[in-house]
Amino acid sequence: MWLDPANPQLNKNGELHHLLSLEGLPADILRQILDTAESFVGVTQREVKKVPLLRGKAVFNLFFEASTRTRTTFEIAAKRLSADVINLAINVSSQSKGETVLDTVANLSAMQADMFIVRHAASGAPYLIAKHVAPDIHVVNAGDGRHAHPTQGLLDMYTIRHYKGDFTKLRVAIVGDILHSRVARSQIHALTTLGCPEIRVIGPKTLLPAHVERLGVQVHADMQQGLKDVDVVMMLRLQNERMKGALLPSAQEFFKYYGLTEDKLALAKPDAIVLHPGPMNRGVEIDSSVADGKQSVILPQVTFGIAIRMAVMSILAGN
Amino acid sequence: MKIHIKNGRLIDPKNGVDAKRDVFVAAGKIVAIGEAPAGFSANRVIDATGRVVCPGLVDLAVRLREPGFEYLATLETEMKAAIAGGVTSLACPPDTDPPLDEPGLVEMLKFSAKNLNQAHVYPIGALTTALKGTNLTEMAELRDAGCVAFSQAEAPLADTQVLMHALQYAATFDFPVWLRAQDPALAKHGVAHDGEVSTRLGLPAIPVTAETVALSTILIIARETGARVHIARLSSAEGVAMVRDSRARGLPVTCDIGIHHAHLSEMDIGYFDPNCNLTPPLRSQRDRDALRAGLADGTIDALCSDHTPVDEDAKQLPFSEAEPGATGVELLLPLALKWATESSLGLSVAIDRITAKPAAILGIDAGHLAVGATADVCVFDPEAYWRVEPAALFSLGKNTPFSGFEMRGRVTHTLVSGNLVYEKK
Amino acid sequence: MLGNPLPDAELLLASLTDRMQPAVGPNTGLVGIHTGGVWLAERLHHALGLKLPLGTLDVSFYRDDFNKKGLRRNVKSSDIPFDIDGCDVIIVDDVLFTGRTIRAALNELFDYGRPARIRLAALVDRGGRELPISADFIGTDVTVAAGESIELTRDTQGRLALKLTRD
Repeated sequence: MWLDPANPQLNKNGELHHLLSLEGLPADILRQILDTAESFVGVTQREVKKVPLLRGKAVFNLFFEASTRTRTTFEIAAKRLSADVINLAINVSSQSKGETVLDTVANLSAMQADMFIVRHAASGAPYLIAKHVAPDIHVVNAGDGRHAHPTQGLLDMYTIRHYKGDFTKLRVAIVGDILHSRVARSQIHALTTLGCPEIRVIGPKTLLPAHVERLGVQVHADMQQGLKDVDVVMMLRLQNERMKGALLPSAQEFFKYYGLTEDKLALAKPDAIVLHPGPMNRGVEIDSSVADGKQSVILPQVTFGIAIRMAVMSILAGN
Repeated sequence: MKIHIKNGRLIDPKNGVDAKRDVFVAAGKIVAIGEAPAGFSANRVIDATGRVVCPGLVDLAVRLREPGFEYLATLETEMKAAIAGGVTSLACPPDTDPPLDEPGLVEMLKFSAKNLNQAHVYPIGALTTALKGTNLTEMAELRDAGCVAFSQAEAPLADTQVLMHALQYAATFDFPVWLRAQDPALAKHGVAHDGEVSTRLGLPAIPVTAETVALSTILIIARETGARVHIARLSSAEGVAMVRDSRARGLPVTCDIGIHHAHLSEMDIGYFDPNCNLTPPLRSQRDRDALRAGLADGTIDALCSDHTPVDEDAKQLPFSEAEPGATGVELLLPLALKWATESSLGLSVAIDRITAKPAAILGIDAGHLAVGATADVCVFDPEAYWRVEPAALFSLGKNTPFSGFEMRGRVTHTLVSGNLVYEKK
Repeated sequence: MLGNPLPDAELLLASLTDRMQPAVGPNTGLVGIHTGGVWLAERLHHALGLKLPLGTLDVSFYRDDFNKKGLRRNVKSSDIPFDIDGCDVIIVDDVLFTGRTIRAALNELFDYGRPARIRLAALVDRGGRELPISADFIGTDVTVAAGESIELTRDTQGRLALKLTRD
């Protein structure tokens, strides 16, 4: 399998062979995924929510890092494409080395897998897997360490396009723990590729990565400043470990300065939309009244997420 | 065995020689340079036409993986790799299993190495028992067993009081102490340089401050105790600047860098290439350029391979889980030459950084070819191009970021103590 | 081989409308297949004065050549804005050829519900059936040479015309 060494996700025809990251994906491939997802949204609204596209194909959910939510959405998406789905939750404790990632993948490939959906705690794991699978197997990154969560980035773009239309006229703010967030990185890459002219990241210095502005974003430590006149607010989840790792003093102080409340949301445009990849920590990064309020599009994100994953799997399987 | 190396370009930086000179070897020593001694009848003539004849290379860090890590590499394979790389004297770090903190272990290592009759092996003893950073080792006993210096290898020494005492104790006997400047807390969990690449790839990062904070501590304690300190494997521009300043203020500290850091940067990680997972991490291009400049102006004394064979299973893993390190003793010469060429410096400078200077740091009588010196000689073809094929390396470690790269400069003959121990077929 | 000049699509449409008029009723659901079939169905829907709103199908998700050709670039949405159950459905496509597109459309329709019956209307039938499918209403038969295709086009004023293209 000849994979473009400059972009290991693409085959020699420039088509998507693996989905590993949104970084470096041409805009027309991103748009193809969004457009295809639109058709699948229609399917999810029917009585019979299945189409036979992936009938006979075996999709393996290879989750080296636990996640019921993401795994379930991929499972639903695959089943709606009539694929056979096998779920593998691989316990990787640092003590028991056991089978290496590559050995696991080799064994599963021998079981006629067509597609691996991989989630791993280490950045880059899906690249390693993609390098070693048989030529006709496709790899979808369901989240690797801090690096990327391409399907989440795509469904966020779909959501923004659905409610706001043209990316080239939007101001978008991403708030919270950017440092540890694979979702934020994927969102930033997608927004820059799709032509969003102003992307702001908002967070305390301890949660901003080195040289983050080189990704094409404006950095704000002050949320009041950062949210002014934005069209889209994307909140990130804050994990408890951040308090233990001496990066933040408490959830309360974080909420006071970086949590999305109605007052802070009022600084954005009146028709601004609020996104969150879930699961939410109410009262930590987002106030319940906002999460459940009329500007929140958090629930539609979930529906769009299934359609996006159906689109990604169909496009890959057909290439 | 009497050997006549004829027609070669003799480059001996320590003695300021760079000229066409024949070299005559007998009874393990250099007996003459230029003209044959009276009645000299060679058993073997090495035609070094078009070749460079220089002192055997002195490599400050070659992991032989014995004792304890024989599944990764063995004494035999790594010693063979060393002489294939033209290395005739090597220092081996104490991070074996068990670590070199007992005289018996050191003696065994020296004995096994001696039996192979290849390069001279100089063990670096552990500074603290089991490298744990708590208790001092019997440094004097270890020196008697053959250790030429003491270090922690990559193990952290967080307790500054222990560091102070260790240096004071070493200073008592004037033992050199080699230290890696890395603050364990600031480097915790990090696998890549804290910069643009780690941000994009989402890799846990090691900031430059991990090196400079530790370096600052080491330099201050070195000054306080008067210990002979050598900084192993610098990685940052700021670190080089600090060493330069300290030296200017009269502190006789020496330092080295690894061959990979003289050439590569964080950009070479590409799509998470685990062969670029090194310690210290590959830093920015600015840092790399400062290291190269430091090597040129002498702030950085020596270049070493930091040879670390790692097996496939431990390398073919997601980047942050892969074991750090690269195989490199066979690439020390061509990579030193490449640095010099790219920096518009002559062969003599390159050779100096891998012979005379490291020999001085080790405190051994090596790295030069005056009459009467031990005949540790390297003959190489400076124009030979060859491609790095991991499978063809003598080392069992195939983990090199230079796989597929073309190198210029290849060893043709290596002599240790007057014996021809390696000849390129 | 020089074929006969292509028939006039507008004339065919008029003739099709005449023949379909007595056959439709208040329970008739017209479903056009993207893209030519939808243009045709829009005109028929208006001309026949049908009560149920127009349905459209993109059969991309049901095609049998997915494994060979992959997913088409610009997949459109399928939209059936009436209840399929018990409906008198007429599928509309521009060119009937191998019958595979109709097979895909049938499968897709049955995922929406259980129609009372399904009939097929097509502007032209170029023969070459590979499945046991036939049309109930046909504009006309045409012969198309190997290596050529026939397709429906629509100009900026909405006028329909048939066109021959090389494959």
